Amino acid sequence: MTVSLQWYIGLSVVLFGMGALGLLIRRNVLVMYMCIELMLNAANIAFVAFAEKLNDIGGQAAVFFVLVVAAAEVVVGLGIVVAIFRRRPDATVDDLHMMKG
Amino acid sequence: MTGFLAIHSSAIVATTLPDAVVFAVAALIILAGAVGVIVERNPVHSALGLVIALFGVALIFLLLKDDFLAAVQIIVYAGAIVVLFLFVIMFLGVDKREVIVRESLRGQRPLALALVLLAAVGILLLGAGAHYALGASSATGAATSQPGGEVAALGRSVFTTYLLPFEATAALFIIAILGAVVLTKGRGAPSEKRGEDGSAGDEPDDVSMSDGPGSSEDLEIGAGEQEGENGSGGEVGGVSTSVVRAPSATSQEVEE
Repeated sequence: MTVSLQWYIGLSVVLFGMGALGLLIRRNVLVMYMCIELMLNAANIAFVAFAEKLNDIGGQAAVFFVLVVAAAEVVVGLGIVVAIFRRRPDATVDDLHMMKG
Repeated sequence: MTGFLAIHSSAIVATTLPDAVVFAVAALIILAGAVGVIVERNPVHSALGLVIALFGVALIFLLLKDDFLAAVQIIVYAGAIVVLFLFVIMFLGVDKREVIVRESLRGQRPLALALVLLAAVGILLLGAGAHYALGASSATGAATSQPGGEVAALGRSVFTTYLLPFEATAALFIIAILGAVVLTKGRGAPSEKRGEDGSAGDEPDDVSMSDGPGSSEDLEIGAGEQEGENGSGGEVGGVSTSVVRAPSATSQEVEE
């Protein structure tokens, strides 16, 4: 690991910030899910960089579990999106206030 | 002594420069893809930007000598998750452009930008300026130097140290599958009912068809009472005879 750890963490922070920014400013549910994927990938970069720095395989195992959780989350989330969009085809997240009291 | 140091430092530079170039290229790819995800109005273009960013992350994994995770990253993310995204986008036909002018919360976007910038710059400054301890390195050495390489080390770790999370992962997948099935099945019922009503309306002799089930129910109840009056002749036989009798009776009535 010849590129120092700070660069990887900096890249991870910037990528996480961009994902959070997209999650906050976009109104399309699918694009918001993509931004969540960006944030998960930023966390993965940090995990692998620290694992490589500390010679610890736990970081790679954590990335493995993050991948699994991301896959399950996308399956359930897209199922919900399909269920909602079938009923109202032009819905953005601002229109989804069925649970508002 | 100085000559040795000079040779050593030049060797370090020689091994560092390609890595630095690869890191810069990967970071540019990742950031370009992330900007594409955020900026593009069309969700399909956002998904393609996500693919670009994920390939950049796989490149970073390769740079960190993590070949297995790079392969898994490409297979799982670009091969499964983004394809799922694209499938849902195409399936729902929501690839129309998003109306981004309307804000439900006034000042949300500038506030989001300011807060994210503040948090990111704060973390970067903390990381650059503060002195922090990382903890001790693993005593077993690098994963790639262990017998079997990185894949064997990862498998050993997952099936020993992280066995309980691994099992929880299995439960999570089963729950996710059940959730997806329930979410997609719940909408199927109304359309099926609508289809049955439509087919019944298309039938020319719907009056006799609507009479059929009611009369057959009456006949079944009557048959059951008769069996009850005849005594305990065996419930299984009574049920079977009533079931056999009822369709013949309904067919006779329909013919009449």
